Amino acid sequence: MLEILGDRFTFAVILVLMMVGLYAVIATGNLVKRMVGLSIFQTSVFLLYIATAKVTGGGPAIFDYSDLAAGTIPPDAVYANPLPHVLILTAIVVGVATLAMGLALVVRIREVYGTIEDDELSEIDHDDELKRGV
Amino acid sequence: MEPQFLPAAIAAHAPALLVMIPLILSAPAAMITSGRVAWGMTVLGIGSALVLALEIFLATRAEGAVLSYAMGGWEPPLGIEFRIDALNAALLLLLGSTGLLTVLFAGPSVADEISRQKRSLFYSAFLICFAGLSGVASTGDAFNLFVFLEISSIATYAIIAMGWSKDRQALTASFNYLVMGTIGATFFVIGVGFIYMTTGTLNMADMGRAIADLNGNRAVEVGFAFILVGIGLKAALFPLHQWLPNAYAYAPNFVTTFLATTATKVAFYVIIRFSYDVFSIGTGFVTNAMIWVITPLAIAGMLVASTQALFQNNVRRLFAYSSVAQVGYMMLGLGMATSLGLSAGMLHLINHAMMKGALFMALGAFALSYGIRRIEDFKGLGQVMPVTSAAFTIGALSLVGVPFTVGFISKFYLIQAALDAGWWWAVAAILISSVIAVFYVYRILVAIWVTPLDEARKTSPKRVPLAIAVPLAVLAGANLVFGVWAEPIVDMARAAADAAIAAGVNP
Repeated sequence: MLEILGDRFTFAVILVLMMVGLYAVIATGNLVKRMVGLSIFQTSVFLLYIATAKVTGGGPAIFDYSDLAAGTIPPDAVYANPLPHVLILTAIVVGVATLAMGLALVVRIREVYGTIEDDELSEIDHDDELKRGV
Repeated sequence: MEPQFLPAAIAAHAPALLVMIPLILSAPAAMITSGRVAWGMTVLGIGSALVLALEIFLATRAEGAVLSYAMGGWEPPLGIEFRIDALNAALLLLLGSTGLLTVLFAGPSVADEISRQKRSLFYSAFLICFAGLSGVASTGDAFNLFVFLEISSIATYAIIAMGWSKDRQALTASFNYLVMGTIGATFFVIGVGFIYMTTGTLNMADMGRAIADLNGNRAVEVGFAFILVGIGLKAALFPLHQWLPNAYAYAPNFVTTFLATTATKVAFYVIIRFSYDVFSIGTGFVTNAMIWVITPLAIAGMLVASTQALFQNNVRRLFAYSSVAQVGYMMLGLGMATSLGLSAGMLHLINHAMMKGALFMALGAFALSYGIRRIEDFKGLGQVMPVTSAAFTIGALSLVGVPFTVGFISKFYLIQAALDAGWWWAVAAILISSVIAVFYVYRILVAIWVTPLDEARKTSPKRVPLAIAVPLAVLAGANLVFGVWAEPIVDMARAAADAAIAAGVNP
């Protein structure tokens, strides 16, 4: 058990982060904290991608031109896979956009309802519906 | 690709232009102040998307035709590829045509519901949403699919929330959708990550080949499960549909009409693509997932959501629950894991867009004239708005599955496919769910046609503008025309199903 944890420490951390994020989304009634949980959850997935791309001892995939005689990468070169990094750059942008959108909605909800607690919101919504007879 | 009716220079880039034109138009649409001009640009953008979709559809009509477009000239599998066969060509055509009809309807409806300063921004967000959906429907790259999915989703959250000027509950509905949608999309990314780690590729056709060579690998199977749950959330697969009823009930009428006809359909397509092509349906693992996970959930959705619809007083929420039930019908077709079943699912996907389009558009016309959304308020509407009520009735009858409407055609093929698979219990579930649909539709139709008119509504209503009347008539007419002359739609669905299955066998 400990050995597995030692070998796969990164994945253990990612898993913990993922669960913390999801738990926060589900358990908290505060909309801002829910967004925080969502961000933690997304970040754990970013780490998952980066962790698979990183190779022990590998740096960025940038090579000295003198090595690239025939335009090929030296066969013994050790480098981190750049593709997941690029993917995650995109995913971070998506995550930021989602966070911005979510927080903008929270601001508007606060303005319109005067609260950002989920249980109070559902109560108000419920009262609204009763008033309209829906 | 062989140009069909457009000039060769445009036809060659049709897959890219289909996504790019709405996306590019969204920027100037956001900058101008006039909502009317922004609407014109939106009609232009979606209209050109429809023309391009028709071009692509005709080009991929031949059996086994696959249109591959290397984005930026970078050859797949390393570059991003737009890959279109009969399956997504049909979807793109559906997106374009229902998109154009609902956008025409948007003009008067949005002018009524959204404040003057926000209209052009609203259309801009809608164009982004449309571009994202078309991107999801055409891309052949798994990560690119995620990006397009989120582009469309984030724009969707914004346009749903715009319903707050009529009803503030739109805000909480949109926020809940945002939380659920983001979890769904993140699950999809986890799934793609697992597959990428195992196969080392992001191109979906290439993934399919690599997975077929793996012959069962736990990491890939976990990836599939994550993708199924993630996209299931977006497709409102029961019990992951909790975001949908409120989002549909409180969004602006136009947004509900558009989402009901397209958004869950695109997510459904992604499920088909992954379960039939990226993962081959023949493998025991995927077939088991279809039969033991998708099918029971589909049937539960059909029965539970239909029953929930019975108890709704808000008509839009009623039809939102009915949409969840209808997603169940499509999923049932998919879950049969046969060619007949899949084509019945695709057929229902196309037909459902016609019925719900007509229904929600008619509700939009009612809301525009009287600002009503409860069943009690519909009393005697048939006397003051007979034409709109008639169109609504056609949509409602089609939803139930009355003969000579498209709803009957899709249920007929679905039952045939179920009998072919020997699933008599699925037939029973379809019939029970249809009977429940009779009850909830009956309540509304009685209110419209039989109950005497409310005193408050004796004043003659605002005339329904032409921009609503024409698309509504087209959609209601389509329900009848394709209900009698079903061949074109059935052939389209069959070609789509064949393409999906063929691509899975030899990717």
